[in-house]
Amino acid sequence: MEAGGVFESELADTIPVVKTSIAGTRIIGRLCAGNKKGLLLPHNTTDQELQHLRNSLPDGVVVQRIEERLSALGNCIACNDHVALTHTDLDKETEELIADVLGVEVFRQTIAGNILVGSYCTFSNLGGLVHPHTSIEDLDELSTLLQVPLVAGTVNRGSEVIAAGMTVNDWTAFCGADTTATELSVIESVFKLREAQPMAIVDEMRKSLIDSYI
Amino acid sequence: MDMAGEEMVVGGMFMPQQTVGSVLCCMCGVSMQPNAANMCVRCLRSQSDITEGLEKHVILHYCTECNCYLQPPKTWIRASLESKELLTICIKRLKKLSRLRLVHAEFVWTEPHSKRIKVKLRVQKEVLNGAILEQSYIVEYVQVDKMCESCSRAQANPDQWSAVVQLRQHVPHRRTFFYLEQVILKHDAAARSIKITQMDRGIDFFFGHRSHASNFKDFLGQVVPIRSRDDKQLVSHDTKSNNYNYKHTFSVEICPICREDLICLPHKVSARLGNIGPLVLCTKVSNRLLLLDPVSLRTAYMDAEQYWWSPFKSLLSCRQLVEYIVLDIEASGSAITIEGTKYSLAEAQVARVSDFGKNDLIFNVRTHLGHLLNPGDYALGYDLYGANSNDFELDNYRNLFIPDVLLVKKSYEEQRKGRRMKLRAWKLKSMDMEVEETAARNRAEKDKRDMEYEAFLRDLEENPELRFNISLYQNKEYQPSETVSTVGADDIPSVPLEELLADLELSDDEEGGSGSGANEMME
Repeated sequence: MEAGGVFESELADTIPVVKTSIAGTRIIGRLCAGNKKGLLLPHNTTDQELQHLRNSLPDGVVVQRIEERLSALGNCIACNDHVALTHTDLDKETEELIADVLGVEVFRQTIAGNILVGSYCTFSNLGGLVHPHTSIEDLDELSTLLQVPLVAGTVNRGSEVIAAGMTVNDWTAFCGADTTATELSVIESVFKLREAQPMAIVDEMRKSLIDSYI
Repeated sequence: MDMAGEEMVVGGMFMPQQTVGSVLCCMCGVSMQPNAANMCVRCLRSQSDITEGLEKHVILHYCTECNCYLQPPKTWIRASLESKELLTICIKRLKKLSRLRLVHAEFVWTEPHSKRIKVKLRVQKEVLNGAILEQSYIVEYVQVDKMCESCSRAQANPDQWSAVVQLRQHVPHRRTFFYLEQVILKHDAAARSIKITQMDRGIDFFFGHRSHASNFKDFLGQVVPIRSRDDKQLVSHDTKSNNYNYKHTFSVEICPICREDLICLPHKVSARLGNIGPLVLCTKVSNRLLLLDPVSLRTAYMDAEQYWWSPFKSLLSCRQLVEYIVLDIEASGSAITIEGTKYSLAEAQVARVSDFGKNDLIFNVRTHLGHLLNPGDYALGYDLYGANSNDFELDNYRNLFIPDVLLVKKSYEEQRKGRRMKLRAWKLKSMDMEVEETAARNRAEKDKRDMEYEAFLRDLEENPELRFNISLYQNKEYQPSETVSTVGADDIPSVPLEELLADLELSDDEEGGSGSGANEMME
């Protein structure tokens, strides 16, 4: 089945699935980075693509094309709704843009000595998976920065390029077909996907709202 | 953050401590150290067998006659069980092993009669994105008996030789061959000969291969001055496969000049050697001749090539030596050393021992043995006064002053006379030679040979230089007797005990102990 088809069949009843290309290519995950507040696109994104994305996304999401030499933004930036880890060589302006558009705190970091932080780690607002060779000290430091629990792990039967093998939000994750049961269970537990349902978060929020309201 | 405690200072730079974490094996979920495949070793093994496709059963061809193993295509290597050589042969048989890295190999013990050899190998290979897997496995070799070429040839006809070295020296004595025999034994040069036959004025060495004979010929060339030619005779040929079967003959002639020979050098040669002589003594024969002019103590070397370019004969040889008695001697020069031997010029008054007391014939001679001889000593020399030489070269020289006597060496004959033939403290080994039938039957021949051999042994005693190249062994039967120490016996030169080698005897029979590696230096 085509990848888009999987997303569509799984997500269509909850969130709209937008089909697009970036700079004429289909590898959109590696080229762009975003969260609930904004989406960053590389400088070689065409005007039509930019317009299409602006039209498709809610008005609250800022879509911004940035002039950055490193155009595979997905490999250079890893972010959730609050924090972003970036490639150490990104421009100062890019860093500011990331902070403004995505509304996050930006940290220049490496993951187990790899500068492509976007490739070697994935994290949501609930948890994160990082390169298997990450030392315990690095794990501690990163989870302190991100304020989420992190676990060193693999996807796709031992592949250490985490982000290339999976994508995740707060209630669901998609990963490569080679991923083994063990890896799946690690992913499920660290991203807290077992109890997660599309509405669970809202329910929880409502509960707390009600709590505070009462 | 309390990182300060974990930081270490390395070369002035802060290096945070790195603790390797653990990840779950992607297959089985076991906690483990992360590796390149991110899979535990057990899962990695189950996923990929690096020994797959490698040879596990191999046939080794083994020759039971000579305990050799075949190394394809056609090399036979002698190796004992569980030896390093055998391991090499075994591993070389595994062609597919080159794709992996061999880390370790060892034999697994098997019953020697089982005709099975087991080798345990440990190999490494890269699997799955750079992870290196190490695995050990056992290869079983089956010994299959197959007679090697040389053995099958020997079985078919033990006397089958394909090359012969005919060594000859055209002199009336066998001294050179006695010496050469010892040198060959010491270097084990004729180890590959099939048969050795003693011939008139020479020895024939038979070999199975031309290369063995050729090697042996080269060895001879390093020991004595030789000239050789080789010929081949077609035995059979197969036109279809273009195979020709030859018998090769190397005719090797040793230069007829021996140690202690008196030579009258031809004009040309004398001129080329710096006008030495022309009457010279040959004092040493190795792969070149050392010629000494006894009157002037000048020396010259002559290698085989030079000799054969203009060959000459000796004027008189050691059999014509005559015994003299020294009546008076007067040194006329200081001693010099040539090639480790001392010489000094002296004027001596000598008389033939045979004349002594019969007539008053006294010779005044100049000799190079000034440091050895004392009045009353006996010396051996060439009697040119009495000699009836018909040498062309000598006739070619006009107005050449020919001394009446040329002393060659000191004689110990007189001291020996008192003692009967007794056992020596040392002995020599001898080659396993077949003797020509006619020669063996002749009693006189045998006596002559025994006499020459005795002379050769005495020569060895008198010349430490000669002993240098050969191995002397302790004679077990020799018991030094106390009564021997009479006056005069000390003068006779003998071989010091330190030079002798202990002969290792493993069993009663002589053959068992005469291996090449059986010699060991006596402490």
